[in-house]
Amino acid sequence: MVDRTQPITRITTFAGWGAIALLLAVSLGSLLAVWLNTDISAGFTPADFRIIRFTLTQAFLSALISVILAIPLARALARYDFRGRQLFITFLGASFILPVIVAVFGILAIWGRSGLFSNILQHPLNIYGLTGVILAHVFFNLPLATRLILQGWLSVPTEHFRLCATLGMTAKDVTKHIERPILHATLPAAFLTIFLLCITSFAVALTLGGGPRATTVELAIYQALRFDFDLPKAALFATFQFMLCTTIALLVLSFSKPTRFSIGLDRPAKRWDGQSRFHKYTDISLLTLAGLFLFLPLAAILIKGIGHLPKLPASVIPASINSLMISLTSATICISLALIIASLIIRLTKNSPRTARAIEGISFLSLVASPFVIGTGLFIMIFPFVSPFKLALPITALVNAIMALPFAIRIILPTMQRAEASYGRLADSLGMSQFARFRLAIWPRLKPSAGFAMGLAAALSMGDLGVITLFASPDNATLPLTMYRLMASYQTDAASAVALLLITISLTLFWIFDKGGRIEHRIR
Amino acid sequence: MSIAFDNLTLRYEGFHLTANFVLEPQKKYAILGPSGCGKSTLLAAIAGFMDIDQGRILLDGLDITNLPPAQRPVSLLFQDHNLFPHMTVMNNVALGLKPDLKLTAKDTTAVHQALKYVDLTDQAIKFPSELSGGQQQRVAIARALLRDKPLMLLDEPFAALGPALKHEMLDIVAQIVDRAHSTLVLVTHDPKDALYIADETIFIANGKAYPPINTKALFENPPQALQDYLGETSAKPISLNNL
Repeated sequence: MVDRTQPITRITTFAGWGAIALLLAVSLGSLLAVWLNTDISAGFTPADFRIIRFTLTQAFLSALISVILAIPLARALARYDFRGRQLFITFLGASFILPVIVAVFGILAIWGRSGLFSNILQHPLNIYGLTGVILAHVFFNLPLATRLILQGWLSVPTEHFRLCATLGMTAKDVTKHIERPILHATLPAAFLTIFLLCITSFAVALTLGGGPRATTVELAIYQALRFDFDLPKAALFATFQFMLCTTIALLVLSFSKPTRFSIGLDRPAKRWDGQSRFHKYTDISLLTLAGLFLFLPLAAILIKGIGHLPKLPASVIPASINSLMISLTSATICISLALIIASLIIRLTKNSPRTARAIEGISFLSLVASPFVIGTGLFIMIFPFVSPFKLALPITALVNAIMALPFAIRIILPTMQRAEASYGRLADSLGMSQFARFRLAIWPRLKPSAGFAMGLAAALSMGDLGVITLFASPDNATLPLTMYRLMASYQTDAASAVALLLITISLTLFWIFDKGGRIEHRIR
Repeated sequence: MSIAFDNLTLRYEGFHLTANFVLEPQKKYAILGPSGCGKSTLLAAIAGFMDIDQGRILLDGLDITNLPPAQRPVSLLFQDHNLFPHMTVMNNVALGLKPDLKLTAKDTTAVHQALKYVDLTDQAIKFPSELSGGQQQRVAIARALLRDKPLMLLDEPFAALGPALKHEMLDIVAQIVDRAHSTLVLVTHDPKDALYIADETIFIANGKAYPPINTKALFENPPQALQDYLGETSAKPISLNNL
């Protein structure tokens, strides 16, 4: 193969491999560091097996319920055009960046012991345990499942539905000839993705689960590290989770067909089937119920939060500053890594597609690694040099960046590939240097995706209640941690005010970056 | 500038193309052939976008087989994506002088002159999307004019334009090429384009690029492969007179 490598290209290639090395060091190296610092112990106890069983059960049920409910919901959104439909779909997307602790608070306000339904029924509901964990997971993943399935639905060209109408097909026929094949293509991947997300879920289990009968593996890792400083147990659980999740992730990859990320979620194709009164009414009631299920908890936060804003404790100011700094640092690291790795993948695709695919796989590693083990590994690695508690915030920022990286790459890579395919040759033939090439030719095409990814990374990090719980001392809490502490000490009113503040900052961060990315980048 | 294909073999996703001949300086060539035959691939090889399997490409006797695209003395026009949609017409043209857009006052004057040459002076601060298809390609031509390279490669940039507009474009290109004493290579699937502008035509079929032949002579006495491509109706000799 001809080597036309220029020196400057070599530098960016080095940066790419450096990013990969960092990723491997942080995700696998940290697990190794934990292992090397433990005596290999006896293995799982019966209590541990109960934890594993609970983890799998809740994840399976959460994924199953989310997907089953998502099918009719997606169909209603696909065939029924109503005012506010676009808003509904945007709202479905927003749940992804909702801070978990805030959502849990909202769910408790509706379904909790003194929540809306308990009041209506005049009977206190108790959702702590399996019910609450599943309820929260469905709250988060029903929108995700709906969007995944809807994407498949909307990829059907209008012509097919016209054909169905011309051929005189009934709603039932359309189900058979079009909808079932779509579901066949989208359901397995959607189910497994949600299953994976629910297995590694932490904050939901921390707040709504707990106790010997409702502990997940991730929560067990946290407890082993935080309360018992039982490194062997943490390492054992982490390895188990790592292997389990890798298996599932590989299954997801083998099931998922390459879909275009931004396939037009705009207008539904005009349909001639399923327009009968019966179908219309079922669609409307479904959409209403789902809307209430998703919207009521948020409305509760808003209503409670506004009333209790004066009760905001003074501690929210330093906590907000901490959170903002973590969030912005983490988003910057995440996007830089994503850009470097995406361009490495593109450069490798031409001559060594297998290496390119392997690197894409590595960039998804953090989906299967436990953030606590990453945090602990980093902790152990830096312990000889400096007190890790002093570095709690930087560590949190780095771990958050790595956890958001898979999403960022998934967003940025396809856009970068399109920009390269359309304008790469032109830039090369004009003799643009590597820097000018990126600044003038690629970046302007990439900016909307980069802004979206950065908003996502910033919001996820802002709302994250993960690694920080492990390292935080009272004086360096983040906003989600402050809120959790208030909830844990039953200061519900103050917590509701913090919830409102937190969700406002998260959504605003996302909005700023996403909007900033969409401002057309024009070179005058 | 002369282009020599020295026992060149290109392989690309299951097809291959051989070429072994020399293109003379300051002449205009057309590459003609059915779609998928490798016309654009041959052009891409000259510009440096194709890995060369065997053989060499020489420009004025200098081996450029392994030279990166940026270091080749080439101006290139594609069928689309010739302009960056996020840059003004002015900046798109200026890229031909300064790929990093750091312009001096002298550069700016040169850019305006180029725009004047293609009659787009009053479009300078517009964006490509505000221009018609023909105007967009004129912007790309203005950039090529500024680049002032001894090789001008055209990959069907005018295929989407109507006949009159197409001839207008080809005329501007011919003027620029003549003025700069450059060599022109035009890829086209339309025999009329070849007759209109090319001194000699390279015909490609069945994995082989045939050495260039005087365009008129070629169409007056087309070889069998060319007859097959042209089809029965135009099997009789065609010339500029009966276009």
